[in-house]
Amino acid sequence: MPKATNADDSDPSDGVQIDLISGERMDGMATMEKIRMILDGVHDGNIVVLEEGLTPDEESRLIEVTMAEISPDEFNGIEIETYPKSETRDSSLLGRIMGTDQTETKLTVIGPANQIETLHKDETLISALVSRN
Amino acid sequence: MGLFTELKDSISRVTDRLFSEQEPKRIGIYGPPNAGKTTLANRIARDWTGDAIGAESHVPHETRRARRKENVEIERDGKTVTIDIVDTPGVTTKVDYEEFTDEMDEEDAIRRSREATEGVAEAMHWLREDVDGVIYVLDSAEDPITQVNTMLIGIIESRDLPVLIFANKTDLEESSVKRIEDAFPQHTTIPLSAKEGNNMEEVYGKIAEYFG
Repeated sequence: MPKATNADDSDPSDGVQIDLISGERMDGMATMEKIRMILDGVHDGNIVVLEEGLTPDEESRLIEVTMAEISPDEFNGIEIETYPKSETRDSSLLGRIMGTDQTETKLTVIGPANQIETLHKDETLISALVSRN
Repeated sequence: MGLFTELKDSISRVTDRLFSEQEPKRIGIYGPPNAGKTTLANRIARDWTGDAIGAESHVPHETRRARRKENVEIERDGKTVTIDIVDTPGVTTKVDYEEFTDEMDEEDAIRRSREATEGVAEAMHWLREDVDGVIYVLDSAEDPITQVNTMLIGIIESRDLPVLIFANKTDLEESSVKRIEDAFPQHTTIPLSAKEGNNMEEVYGKIAEYFG
């Protein structure tokens, strides 16, 4: 599986890489593929932004796998913030009535906990202060 | 006794027996670190079984493995409900051993963080596989709108698990139960102080109502 990294050979110490991952790219992936792609990016010190976030089940597995990979002085976990997509704009009326609407698209920002100084969310903005270490 | 009354009593006895033979519901106590989950679990266990579940501490991740107290019988309005209480480690997305080095030496801090990560992973696994209902404990003196809380409540809702939100630590001056009610208006919020034992009657009433 190709990793979501830059095509060029720039030195990572030059700055912080931000991977903006489209919903289309995530569509064909299995849960563990998505989680592997996110955590590989975060392990590399990248900020991963998902156009369409994860399902609750995938989020719970992301926490579980993250915990398994934490190790002293190397990786101490992730920071994550999410915007749910507005229900009124995005759910179909039928889906809402039937309770079957599963297309809860949401923007999600994930980064390494040791590099994200603050990850703040208000009503319309996710703001991350990232250190280069 | 009339035939109808006898029949009704007979049916009632059968249904009571069926109910009593049901497996106890496994109720997971979830929430962020230091919300008072173990204090609440101990309060419930002591009140109904006489034994505690585990040690309590102000140091985050004192509970590092899920602990279960089986067959806790709670009696309300003449009806007994039996639950297994599962006290879980505080859910988080990061664990840094250096947070514990003020309280213990580095070796113990590293061991504590390793155990904590295993415990959180286990708690997440159990949430998907092994609990029938959730008591979500929040520190009412803290802002409830955090990513972990929002995510966990979303995961619980997606599994259609019955959930009660307990706004703990109402004995603290900064406590605001309304802040929690406003954050999660779709769920019932019950104020309490597990440490002081305040409002435990309502807590037990709601547990019986939701999980019985």
